Amino acid sequence: MWCPGCGHGIVLNSLIRAIEELKLDKNDIVMTSGIGCSARISGYVDFHSLHTLHGRALAFATGVKLSKPSLNLIVPMGDGDALAIGGNHFIHAARRNINITAIVMNNRIYGMTGGQFSPLSGCGKKATTAPYLTIDQEFDVVKLASAAGASFVARSTTYHAKEATQYLKKAIEHKGFSVVEILSQCPTHYGRKNKEGDAPDMLEIYKDTTGKLGSKALEKNPDLIPRGIFVEEERKEYCEEYGKLVEKAMGGAR
Amino acid sequence: MKNNIRFVQGNEACVEGALYAGLNFFAGYPITPSTEIAEALSGRLPKMGGKFIQMEDEIASMCAIIGASLTGHKVMTATSGPGFSLKQEAIGYACMAEIPCVIANVQRGGPSTGNPTHVSQGDANQARWGTHGDHGIIALTASNHQDIFSITVDAFNMAETYRTPVILLLDEAIGHLREKLEIPEHGSQPIVDRLRTSVGKGVDYHPYLAREDGRLPMSDFGDVHRYNVTGLFHDMWGFPSNNPTVVYELLHHLVDKIDNNVHAITRFKEHFLDDADYILISYGSSARSAIHLAKQRRNRGEKIGVLELQSIWPFPTAMVREKCARAKAVVVVEMNMGQIMAQVKSSVDKPENVFLANRIDGKLITPTDIKQLLRVIQGRGV
Repeated sequence: MWCPGCGHGIVLNSLIRAIEELKLDKNDIVMTSGIGCSARISGYVDFHSLHTLHGRALAFATGVKLSKPSLNLIVPMGDGDALAIGGNHFIHAARRNINITAIVMNNRIYGMTGGQFSPLSGCGKKATTAPYLTIDQEFDVVKLASAAGASFVARSTTYHAKEATQYLKKAIEHKGFSVVEILSQCPTHYGRKNKEGDAPDMLEIYKDTTGKLGSKALEKNPDLIPRGIFVEEERKEYCEEYGKLVEKAMGGAR
Repeated sequence: MKNNIRFVQGNEACVEGALYAGLNFFAGYPITPSTEIAEALSGRLPKMGGKFIQMEDEIASMCAIIGASLTGHKVMTATSGPGFSLKQEAIGYACMAEIPCVIANVQRGGPSTGNPTHVSQGDANQARWGTHGDHGIIALTASNHQDIFSITVDAFNMAETYRTPVILLLDEAIGHLREKLEIPEHGSQPIVDRLRTSVGKGVDYHPYLAREDGRLPMSDFGDVHRYNVTGLFHDMWGFPSNNPTVVYELLHHLVDKIDNNVHAITRFKEHFLDDADYILISYGSSARSAIHLAKQRRNRGEKIGVLELQSIWPFPTAMVREKCARAKAVVVVEMNMGQIMAQVKSSVDKPENVFLANRIDGKLITPTDIKQLLRVIQGRGV
């Protein structure tokens, strides 16, 4: 399904390892995805899988989770699913702090439709709908998720696959809305148009242009994209609070 | 007298019917004139251990109930015109993935923001063809609170039986009207529970392989069978396929499972129809005016009756043709520009004898409005 060199397979690898290491029961996992290259990830896994509409994966996942809170909800999304057409659901899922793990597979492009710019592309990028280069500012996924209320927020890349596994493990175990942004290369569309080379070259770029939180490299060069766990807090979780509400309502009914 | 008798709004009658049918998950977004359904359920559902969630928008509400249906719950959302438009893509998803759910649309004037606090029946065609692509759909309606209650139960039953979204097409006048509702004893109206697979753990379960009777047993998310659900054309395992045979057969199945059961789905009421020369066909709140007029004219000896439709889609073509076979004229009474009239015309043997009595100004059509048109048809002047 994915092009040669695509980063999404590495994200899938990191995720599967995380689930394996956590020893989760496959029957307890629901993977919900939207539409796009990223969304096809749900077709590769042996979980309950729900391949939905463009941008609405988190809304479907909210219904699954609230109706059966014992299930583990994992929602991998691309740029569009998470932050363009699905942006509203993203911030509201974060605001509710509902116990869902959102993975933003950020490849800075709309791949499935052939290379149009996304809200994560940033300025000065070439895309099939930006022949004169983009003038759109990009979202900072980490800042947006944090501000919207996500109680776990992390960022890694496909170059740092083992690190990504560790963050995904923590995110899945975390009680509340967790967001893991993973920078994932698209050599076919983004890389080729923006002269970033093929997949190994793009992975090198992730290595060179990112720095781990607390590292000397990041301290010395604040222009690097920070990686790490940015938010990890215990806050009231939506389904638990709903459980309390039900108790209150039932008590009131005598 | 008894505590099962209530004086309620039509929207509350819908709530009572839904709870009677086993609703235990509702997601919605406030919109006039349907909001009372969400308000009532926000109080009632948690008391029964059910779930109510106010989502961030209409689209999310529709998606959330589909997700909740997959874990084995009976689900509903409620909306009106603009919200109904927004939900259409997800309604199509529920058609394609065959996920039981109920959508109440308490109609208001449209298009666009239209006439939010006034009555209309302008969404009849949208209920049929709002989402893209060929598909079967069920839309039900009612003209009084007792019938809203029972048709709501029917809606949940049909959603489970046919694994399909069912649209409850109410309207502002009936939704906000207050009248008596007697809630029946449990067991007096049958309730269809979800058909779940009998296939055990370790044995292949095919979520999209129909039984001989055409029904597809489900397995709840979280249960032992893991499978894929998608809005793409899919094979019997639920995995995407663009194999022409798979695509052809699935599309036919989605249409046929509804259209081939039109006789089982059809709901209607007859009022003074036996010897009627003039037949009024109506539904929802406009049927109240039609029935009122028919009673009046019967007292004067006129042979006039009302065929009240309670299922709009699939359109009960054969039933309408049969009932109208002997009529001198058929008048479709509705509050739109003739959406159901077009269906009636294409159903009957003499479409030239089908007329429209409508109002589209946000006011409830009155018996006088219908009477005036009837006089013209009968050649008695205006």
